[in-house]
Amino acid sequence: MSFLSGLLRFRRGPWEALATVLIGLGVVMLMQPFFLWAFTYSFLVTLVGTVMFIITSHFPE
Amino acid sequence: MTDTPILRVARATPPPLARRLRGLSDRAIAWLFVAPTIFLLLAINIFPLIWTVRLSFTNYAANRPGREVEWVGLRNYERILTSEAIWSNMQTTAHFLFWTITLQVILGFALAWLINRKFKGNDLLTTLIVLPMMLSPAVVGNFWTFLYQPQIGLFNYMVELLTGTPASSFSMLGPGGLAKWSIIIVDTWMWTPFVMLICLAGLRSIPDYIYEAAEVDRASKWRQFWTLTVPMVLPFLMLAVLFRGIENFKMFDMVVLLTGGGPGNETLLASIDLKREAFEKWRTGYSSAYAIILFVTVFGLASIYVKALNKVKER
Repeated sequence: MSFLSGLLRFRRGPWEALATVLIGLGVVMLMQPFFLWAFTYSFLVTLVGTVMFIITSHFPE
Repeated sequence: MTDTPILRVARATPPPLARRLRGLSDRAIAWLFVAPTIFLLLAINIFPLIWTVRLSFTNYAANRPGREVEWVGLRNYERILTSEAIWSNMQTTAHFLFWTITLQVILGFALAWLINRKFKGNDLLTTLIVLPMMLSPAVVGNFWTFLYQPQIGLFNYMVELLTGTPASSFSMLGPGGLAKWSIIIVDTWMWTPFVMLICLAGLRSIPDYIYEAAEVDRASKWRQFWTLTVPMVLPFLMLAVLFRGIENFKMFDMVVLLTGGGPGNETLLASIDLKREAFEKWRTGYSSAYAIILFVTVFGLASIYVKALNKVKER
């Protein structure tokens, strides 16, 4: 609940956590051996996560 | 007026810089000092990055400078991200990453745990253990190539001694599926001491009174290990994992010297494939897109790394 309210109030903690999850997910998608479609979209997910991380690291605590 | 040593020194001292550069504010002088560094940073890091992004949308080939360069949009990215060969290289990189990090964390933590105890020769042993990581990857690659020689290599001889398998019956760097394990062994040998040092820093940051309190509460050594040691060393361990992950994702020199990406494509890591595309096949636009994909991945991981580093600093 506090995570969602943090997201809605543009707080750094939850947004950074979300960006970190996206980066991690992107890296896993890039290297997994199961689905080619996941490899195809991995770069997009990592890019969104990385840009989100750069932006949200300037949000207030 | 007498010419005292103090007056002579005062006369020899140059006037303050601000007085010589009249009309410039302190802020302007500060910028004047920082400007060369910023210029170098822009010229060496930022400009090539922007240029690579631009090239990644073209079909530019560096070995044919006279050819007309076409704007191909996202086609390079599309070709890379739908290529089964590159997907396979990423899996080779993932195999290398997973096993090197797993082995380095287990062995590094175990070594740190042992070294953390007080015994005679502790300092000498620590120095000996960290020696491999001080060597150049080129040197390590070359001498492990000798160690892996089927006929005269010490590694094969030791395997024969311990298991009875004839030394010349297998080749660590040749065909047979052992090459991808050979690079894992060398990287683990070289970088386990680094993980050990980070774990050692974590172990030494735990105050003794916490263990004393646990002893008073009659906590067993096993329980102390899982409820005190592991949680308190975990941030340091995460730091080591991220750092080794980033470094091994970019791994190039040592593997090139050991296997050159072979046999076949068995040890063809993403960075080696990128170098082949850029400087052997001369597909500069395509390889620029490849480089940007790897860069974004490393940059994303590095962002998490910096965040984790700050958390450890706050402790």
